[in-house]
Amino acid sequence: MSFTLKELSHSEDRLTEGHRLCAGCSESIVARQVLMASKKPVVVANATGCFEVSTTIYPFTSWNVPWIHSAFENAPASIGGVEATYLALKRKGKITEDINFLAFGGDGATYDIGFQALSGAIERGHRFLYVCLNNEAYMNTGIQRSGATGRGAQTTTCPAGTCVPGKKEFPKDLTRIIIAHDLPYAAQASPHNWRDLMEKAEKGLECGGPAFMNVVTPCPRGWRFDPALTIEISRLAVETCIWPLYEFEKGKWSLTGESKRIAEGKKEKRPVMDWIKSQGRFGHLLKDKWSPVIEEIQANVDKKWEELIKLSQM
Amino acid sequence: MEPIALNGDMAIAHAWRQIDPDVVASYPITPQTIIVENYAEFVANGEVETEYVCAESEHSAMSLCIGASAAGGRVATATASAGLAFMWEVLWIASAMRLPICMSVANRALSGPINIQCDHSDAMGARDTGWIQLFGENVQEAYDNTVMSFKIAEHSGVRLPIMTCIDGFIVTHALERLETLETQVVKDFVGPYQAVRPLLDLKNPTTYGPFSQTDYYFEHKYQIMEAMKRAKPVVKQVQKDYAKISGREHSIIEGYKTEDADYVIMAMGSTAGTLRHVVDELRHEGKKVGSVKLRLFRPFPFDEVKEMLEGKKGVAVMDRAISTGSSGPMFPEVRTALYDAVDRPDIANYVYGLGGRDVKIDELKGVYKQLMTKDHDMVNYLGVRP
Repeated sequence: MSFTLKELSHSEDRLTEGHRLCAGCSESIVARQVLMASKKPVVVANATGCFEVSTTIYPFTSWNVPWIHSAFENAPASIGGVEATYLALKRKGKITEDINFLAFGGDGATYDIGFQALSGAIERGHRFLYVCLNNEAYMNTGIQRSGATGRGAQTTTCPAGTCVPGKKEFPKDLTRIIIAHDLPYAAQASPHNWRDLMEKAEKGLECGGPAFMNVVTPCPRGWRFDPALTIEISRLAVETCIWPLYEFEKGKWSLTGESKRIAEGKKEKRPVMDWIKSQGRFGHLLKDKWSPVIEEIQANVDKKWEELIKLSQM
Repeated sequence: MEPIALNGDMAIAHAWRQIDPDVVASYPITPQTIIVENYAEFVANGEVETEYVCAESEHSAMSLCIGASAAGGRVATATASAGLAFMWEVLWIASAMRLPICMSVANRALSGPINIQCDHSDAMGARDTGWIQLFGENVQEAYDNTVMSFKIAEHSGVRLPIMTCIDGFIVTHALERLETLETQVVKDFVGPYQAVRPLLDLKNPTTYGPFSQTDYYFEHKYQIMEAMKRAKPVVKQVQKDYAKISGREHSIIEGYKTEDADYVIMAMGSTAGTLRHVVDELRHEGKKVGSVKLRLFRPFPFDEVKEMLEGKKGVAVMDRAISTGSSGPMFPEVRTALYDAVDRPDIANYVYGLGGRDVKIDELKGVYKQLMTKDHDMVNYLGVRP
């Protein structure tokens, strides 16, 4: 199902203005795209993080839909509980409406501390879409590394020094780990390609079981770029193949959007150097000393990209 | 109803079956496991309509309960020991959201060293989390407290989560005579569940669990404290109402031959039964002794404890847990209750039974003797090898 801007301009405001997210933050952009993709009413669970604290500073709330935040690591379990009550009350005839269930978590809440709850909830088959707002570090506590932080990025817990070039490890490939659960739907998306993102969100919400979306959500504060460039940066993530757009639907992998066009040779695959130069968190890598790190990053991107192309041809 | 023989865990599962909560979240942990196993059978055989969710951990089990209860469901779960400790973070959230979740706790020691037997360390570790805490002595009280717990937690003036505790193995696994109520009687007593501001009310979207900064956090905590205060009379009223349908009188604190007693020992859980036997034996020898069983630990009934113990010559508080670096956790509470008493008894603390160590009749007699001769320290250890 395709979305049009004209149609979207009439949709209800589920996340209202007045939240306290930073200028240029992409989390609200992603969340609004996901929320608009649900044709049915939604109930939302949120993990602790930037998005949660910024949208619900008591006694205010930016949420126009039922919303629950419980702890850092348990949004999948919280929404699973909501869904369980929904099933019980529906069976007893106390609820007749169809409702979608949605959970948001940052990369810390998803890759690290909340991974167990997410894996468990998917294994149990709760019907919900989990959206990882992936800004590649613990931004709510002031830019610390997570399992999603890229190799060579500088954070306060993996600072670049004279001996260490920022983060030593490559990020965990969480989307593929989630796909290994053999769930009905999983995808990677980026807010710059809103139609691709929304179509994926709709598929996830309507797939009838657990669904997962990993969305690159650039963070001007943590990544050190001009807040006016958020959407440009997210586009760059896709164009450099740092963040390929793809989906896994009923056992089948497919590239989408710009990633599909790059794979088909219709669009240029840009070098990771463009990505590195665009953000202050990688600034130190531009010293000659660390050029092998950039080569490693490029080699890893190429390797993962080739693997993905093979998977999507299967 | 004809009496039946069940163990403590089965009695709880039986009560749950009669109540048929909307959602039960489960994770197996000894010695609670029989509850969720039994209930899984009821679900498998279509005896209940519950949505039964097997979580991947106790942390998620409690998180599921929070989501389910906020959504507007009647919710139950069970845990013990490390499982309760693993829930610790989210226990605070359940009470802060004022969710009447009912949890059965099979009291068991905490690691380390790892130990699966009974003591109260798990429940005592959760004492400040904003949960009402009821302790049962035997299988009958396991059943009765479970039925009553729903009515207490869901009361409009309370709306706090509740844990009903029984001693691991000693009660959870002991087969005892149990008098149950007709299922319809239980259903009528507990009544239909009326959720307050449920998440699934789409017309009135509610934000649960917002960020509460310094300007409101303190007030939020204060409100939980106020709800706790209101809980005490509600527990008493529910116990009175329950007596009408069951004929069994429960109270938040129960004295045994205390009225004319000079020396009293106070305990929670199964030890209360052993104590009554010891009192009977010593009374036979002409000693003026009594015992006290505490059923309600949170909110702590300071007034009732004072009323029960004021004017006694000696009081021993038995703690089946230890607040390392201080005393047993019940002791300071009882001592606080007695501080304003005009006629304050000599008071001593006895830490006992950790990791399932048996408490013996002769040892309890020894405690009475030490009270009589004032031959004790402030904190004493019963049955531990030096």
